[in-house]
Amino acid sequence: MHFVINGNEIELEFDPRTSLLDLLRERLHLFGVKKGCDQGACGACTVLVDGTRINSCLALAVQYQDREITTVEGLGAPGELHPLQAAFVEHDGFQCGYCTPGQICSAVGMARELQCGVPSYVSEDVAAEGFTLSHAELRERMSGNLCRCGAYNGIVDAILETFGAVETEPVKREVV
Amino acid sequence: MNPFAYERASDEKNALTLGTRTGAKYLGGGTNLVDLMRETIEHPVLLVDVSGLSCTIEDTNDGGLRIGAGVKNTAVAADPRVRERFPVLSEAILAGASAQIRNMATVGGNLLQRTRCGYFYDDAARCNKRAAGTGCDAIDGFNRMHAILGASDACVATHPSDMAVALAALDAVVSVEGSNGARDIPLVDFHVLPGDTPQTETVLEAGELITAVTLPPSIAGRSRYRKVRDRASYAFALVSVAAVLDVQDGLVKEVRLALGGVAHKPWRATAAEAALKGGPATEAAFLAAAQAELASAQGLRDNAFKIELAQRVIVDTLAKLTALQETR
Repeated sequence: MHFVINGNEIELEFDPRTSLLDLLRERLHLFGVKKGCDQGACGACTVLVDGTRINSCLALAVQYQDREITTVEGLGAPGELHPLQAAFVEHDGFQCGYCTPGQICSAVGMARELQCGVPSYVSEDVAAEGFTLSHAELRERMSGNLCRCGAYNGIVDAILETFGAVETEPVKREVV
Repeated sequence: MNPFAYERASDEKNALTLGTRTGAKYLGGGTNLVDLMRETIEHPVLLVDVSGLSCTIEDTNDGGLRIGAGVKNTAVAADPRVRERFPVLSEAILAGASAQIRNMATVGGNLLQRTRCGYFYDDAARCNKRAAGTGCDAIDGFNRMHAILGASDACVATHPSDMAVALAALDAVVSVEGSNGARDIPLVDFHVLPGDTPQTETVLEAGELITAVTLPPSIAGRSRYRKVRDRASYAFALVSVAAVLDVQDGLVKEVRLALGGVAHKPWRATAAEAALKGGPATEAAFLAAAQAELASAQGLRDNAFKIELAQRVIVDTLAKLTALQETR
């Protein structure tokens, strides 16, 4: 089976029971992807598929053949951090760090959803032309990522600094 | 998780052929099914991946929308036509799950997701839905999240979908295909009450595949999906209300009302609608209608508060919609 993972073409065979999370961690040793709850409740396993954020724990890997998958390892590296990673360091957006890769992948996916004009449950008018990242919008849009250390204030500050100016683009793109 | 084979359906005909094999199950986004398989509650021997089929939203000739069963929940909520003409559907979808899950989940799969009753998930507990005839540990157990309308001695589970509550209010129709051909089922008749057979949750026959959900043209008025839950986001509903209300000259010209979190299926509030239609758009009338709808409600040890809560959410939602329309 064929995948593009962090820009690398990969061919490998596996049991269809394998989740995308287990494929990434156990077979490809991308340990940035975290197994928290393994049932879609915590968001620690969040990765990007063709730029869209999903829970890799609930995804059967076999269903994502031929797709482009990005983990935190594909966003930045030591010495060349993604701007959001640098902002997490700057704003103390973590304590233990276990939820951080999921938070970062999720926020990158969230920024793209804003650009594509996806509303949220707290949007005043879902039919509005576009949406911007208020504090309330950010907390609602990131509610699929839990942080048991409670580093939320730093997480919110880091994301706002990095993506606070992101706006819906005039030309509509499909997000999923 | 038991071993299974995986096949990606090339088209609907191929899906139906594969879907009639013994032990086959259709796979959409997998957000519920994969979890249920991991918990050994579902154990298909063949997964037929239909997530690549029916992935478009089309305008219908009469001004409605036909939403393919494979369209992702996020894509429905973000579609400009849905947001402008059926905002209550966008709001309901956005009230459910998390962004990650909405990006994976399909429309067909959303309708077929199973209850999140803790006893259904716990194989050490008795559950008539998971193992018919064993009993129900929820009725005398921790039942804060459970049903107050249409429940039975066999099952008090609720349907977890938000999207389906809006679809119930919008008179949506579910299109299915099977070996005996295609048929259309009103959304309100698609899910069933538990009765003596809570393991049966829909009127789908073996091998039948959901292909689309069709919305008839939108009606005038204002709409809103209001969800009350134990935390501000990413939780299942204690009570939710999907309402479409058209008030003219102080009278209710048209009203559509459906409730979530209260029953084994999305609950279309027909008694409340009948009480409201043609009458005054006042809080007293809204309360009387809400009371009429909840008249048959039965509370359990932990969930009787939902009876009062449902009434308050109905009244508040209708009052706010009335105020919005009057200030237009």
